[in-house]
Amino acid sequence: MLNGHQTWIFENKPVIIQTGTVGGPFEAKGNIPKAFDILHEDMWLNQESFEKAQQVMMEQACQVAIKKSSIQKEQVEFFISGDLINQITPTTFAAKTMGLPYLGLFNACATSMESLALSAAIINANGANYILSGTSSHNAAAEKQFRYPTEYGGQKPPTAQWTVTGASCALVAKEGVGPVVTSATIGKIVDMGITDAFNMGGAMAPAAVDTIETHLKERNIDHSYYDLIITGDLAHIGREVSLDLLHKRGIDIPEEKYVDCGLTIYREGQPVLAGASGPACSAIVTYGHFLNKMKQGEIKRILVVATGSLQSPLSVNQGDSIPCIAHAVSIESGSDV
Amino acid sequence: MANNKKKNLPPQAQEYQAFQKQREVKRPILINCIKAFLVGGTVCLIGQVITTFYIYFFNFTEQTAGNPTVATLIFITMLLTGFGIYDRIGQFAGAGTAVPVTGFGNAVISAAIEHRTEGYILGVGGSMFKVAGPVIVYGVFAAFVVAIIKTVLIQWGGL
Repeated sequence: MLNGHQTWIFENKPVIIQTGTVGGPFEAKGNIPKAFDILHEDMWLNQESFEKAQQVMMEQACQVAIKKSSIQKEQVEFFISGDLINQITPTTFAAKTMGLPYLGLFNACATSMESLALSAAIINANGANYILSGTSSHNAAAEKQFRYPTEYGGQKPPTAQWTVTGASCALVAKEGVGPVVTSATIGKIVDMGITDAFNMGGAMAPAAVDTIETHLKERNIDHSYYDLIITGDLAHIGREVSLDLLHKRGIDIPEEKYVDCGLTIYREGQPVLAGASGPACSAIVTYGHFLNKMKQGEIKRILVVATGSLQSPLSVNQGDSIPCIAHAVSIESGSDV
Repeated sequence: MANNKKKNLPPQAQEYQAFQKQREVKRPILINCIKAFLVGGTVCLIGQVITTFYIYFFNFTEQTAGNPTVATLIFITMLLTGFGIYDRIGQFAGAGTAVPVTGFGNAVISAAIEHRTEGYILGVGGSMFKVAGPVIVYGVFAAFVVAIIKTVLIQWGGL
């Protein structure tokens, strides 16, 4: 299974048999409303707090994925997930509702692919038959956690990003019909000393480049093997910086094959500044949008590189730089392999 | 957890930061200043209208009209914050809505709304001054220092 130093190859080809995606009102007005199974009109979802709303979205994403599949909830062995809020509270409470054996993760916005990589690894090693692997985020809850109160009138710089409100999960199985997970590269922390928490794209770009480079090298393939290389939430600045860095290192990915989830989810003109972010961003766009395209046969092989900036409010206040990470997972259409 | 000063960074990181800086979208400082000037000026104009109103229609003088004016402005801010409008004006105006007393009001009110879910005592009470607290602490301290300087100058300086 281990190939090189950081890459797993999944010989048993775990299958993503179903996905569930849930979004908020701002996402409904975005670029890919069809990617969602459930869209909510209200940020609160009739809950008492934004954190509880996030928890409900996570639960709904899991329930939708199970409902759309032919299996029962009791057949699912593990729930592997995480989010951004204090000690991953919404995910933990969602796990309580789901009543499934639970592994909680935190890798900020890279949690989506971290959970998919781990789920695939467990299934590949015959550790489970069905795993629910997902993430969630909520714009207002994340603002409260990392920045200022939602209604605070501070001016954000053009490098700032908009946290996605939503949740998404993949139901990964040992056997079945659907796109298969073929390999994963676990990233290292890359820290280039950037301290500006309003410029996460710029901070995360080198981590994405490092993981993509390692992945291609350890799998001994060229970037042209993939139809699309999809980054998590680098947004405008991070995408441009990382593409230039890749070119500088001799990986000439063409512009149109290098897409970013943070630039896909919203429409031009929505006030998101540099683009979208949040663990749900890469999860929703991958599971809801790109896997649909794969099922329709438009694309065959994708590499999803979820990027995470792992600062905490504490580390930012203490003046530390932003440690960043990126995890890559390759997904290929089932019929192809 | 030391402060990483730029010169202590490895050369690779320094090189990357320079590389990244070229591609970073900068804050449009000039346009932001103009917007802040116009919106901030408008806030002051509204304040002046309110002051004049209190002087003409109520029994206030130029010295005493300040307090009800500030209270009125903060009340308007409270409504705008509660209805979710103030943060949008703030994103447009920047310092224009942050520097006047309305910015201070917004900082307190938004925090109070935000932490309501954690209860009235620990949530609203405990976190209300989370954003505005530093302004109060250092405002009071600065006033104290200035008062001492003034006292010293008058008592011993013979001013």
